[in-house]
Amino acid sequence: MEQSQIKEKTIFKKDERKRNTQKIMFALFTLCMLAVIIPTILIIGFIIVKGVGTVNWSFISEMPRMGMKEGGILPAIVGTLYLVVGTILFSFPLGVGAAIYLTEYAEQGKLTRLIRIAVLNLAGVPSIVYGLFGLGLFVFFLGFGSSIIAGALTLACLILPIIITTSEEAIKSVPDGYREASLAVGASKWETILHVVLPRAMPGILTGGILGIGRAAGETAPILLTVAAFFIPRMPNSLFDQVMALPYHLYIVSTQVPGMPESIKYGTALVLLGLVGVFFLIATLIRLKFKNSTS
Amino acid sequence: MSIIEVKDLDLFYGDFQALKKVNTVIEKNKVSALIGPSGCGKSTFLRTLNRMNDLIRNVKINGQVMFEGREIYDEDLDVVALRRKIGMVFQKPNPFPKSVYENVAYGPRRCGVKNKRDLDRIVEESLKEAALWEEVKDRLNKSALGLSGGQQQRLCIARALAMKPEVLLMDEPTSALDPIATNKIEDLITQLKKHYTIVIVTHSMHQAARISDYTNFFLMGELVEKDGTDKIFTNPKDQRTEDYVTGRFG
Ligand SMILES: Nc1ncnc2c1ncn2[C@@H]1O[C@H](COP(=O)(O)OP(=O)(O)OP(=O)(O)O)[C@@H](O)[C@H]1O
Ligand SMILES: [Mg+2]
Repeated sequence: MEQSQIKEKTIFKKDERKRNTQKIMFALFTLCMLAVIIPTILIIGFIIVKGVGTVNWSFISEMPRMGMKEGGILPAIVGTLYLVVGTILFSFPLGVGAAIYLTEYAEQGKLTRLIRIAVLNLAGVPSIVYGLFGLGLFVFFLGFGSSIIAGALTLACLILPIIITTSEEAIKSVPDGYREASLAVGASKWETILHVVLPRAMPGILTGGILGIGRAAGETAPILLTVAAFFIPRMPNSLFDQVMALPYHLYIVSTQVPGMPESIKYGTALVLLGLVGVFFLIATLIRLKFKNSTS
Repeated sequence: MSIIEVKDLDLFYGDFQALKKVNTVIEKNKVSALIGPSGCGKSTFLRTLNRMNDLIRNVKINGQVMFEGREIYDEDLDVVALRRKIGMVFQKPNPFPKSVYENVAYGPRRCGVKNKRDLDRIVEESLKEAALWEEVKDRLNKSALGLSGGQQQRLCIARALAMKPEVLLMDEPTSALDPIATNKIEDLITQLKKHYTIVIVTHSMHQAARISDYTNFFLMGELVEKDGTDKIFTNPKDQRTEDYVTGRFG
């Protein structure tokens, strides 16, 4: 009897200490979470509060006037749209293709490991360096000039590492059982990849796409060197035209034009944020559609 | 009559020899069981029959595997065509994350069947053959992952049957299933042997005794004995076989 009481006491004691540690750790993790989330909310909230008064239909549908101090930012929106869509078109097939090659076809060994390391390192190269590379290769060497196509190709190079790495992870996470099942009924390797592996990996691949789009839409340095124009109050006629783009426009209105009203700066920032949000939303919807159709 | 003949088959994973001079024949329209302790090479042997080991790197194979009189490791043999004739069902039910219908139609689609009516017919026939039609006919367009484990495994059998194979290879097809689902599959196998040749790996002596006509006993990569199942279980030639089937074996 006595012994069991003692036992019970020790059990309770231990429990309490454990619960305290538990509480402290929980508080710590909550703090970490807040430390991450609060700045994000603050930034977004700040831009929304300051910009929401400016953003209306005429702001997003009109040309800039009066040295960009009045009117809308339509050409910059259109320019960024063109650039993002172009970037996706160039980088997605190429990146996914490279990932398929690396995971499904290439003989795994020193060479593939080297390629993987190279790809990872590319992700860490400063974006201005990509800009310089794009300037040299697409603008001058290939003669595209400062143009949408040169900008989109440069941005595509920039986000290729993200697309490749996430696609590779997604493809690798498809269970081998599916591949075997497909091959066992006489499907070829390519059919197996196309009909079984890719649909199943698509949600993961799109996650990489989403990350890439966010970066492509927001980068300033690469487009500065390859496509972005200071001020063109008209729509592009072809892929070889220069365009205005939101991030660069934001830089200009914030620092390059004296006497620029605050509202235009925050309005532009908010539109950029909103545009990235819309792209995220579209990609997320596609992602969900794939997820539902495969599970 | 034999449909597959294996002569002096060696298989190496790198330096490790997983099969040693295996000689056996698989009889047409019979059920052949492969038994033996874990790691003795049953799955490895089964996978040499439809060249699934091709997928693994560093595999080296010597010897001969003849299917309907043709060497399947011939340079210019069409592996895809071979796998259409020799279907496979795996240990873990692995239906695609697609609808029930699309799972069964998957193989026929890959070899060019496009007509909806033909596909409908193949799907229905295969599901009936796999004794699954009644249970799924109202949910053909629902995801296959919503089926029970036993139903999923029968779906995988239907998926293999849709190709009208000659041979069906099964690697412990019931080891992930409960006794009732296991019974259903065993009954099914007994039905299927009228039209198909079946090679089945099993860890259950009872299963081997119940459903198979011939039994191959493997030990450490060697085929110790192959004979009629009755013979193997009542009067084996080799002492090691006797020890194993009577459960005296580690
Ligand atoms: N991909 C591989 N690479 C290297 N060795 C392997 C590979 N697959 C199997 N082996 C080895 O080959 C031997 C035979 O394996 P196998 O899977 O054929 O055995 P099994 O009889 O099917 O066993 P179990 O009853 O556990 O399924 C084992 O020793 C195993 O470790
Ligand atoms: Mg096995």
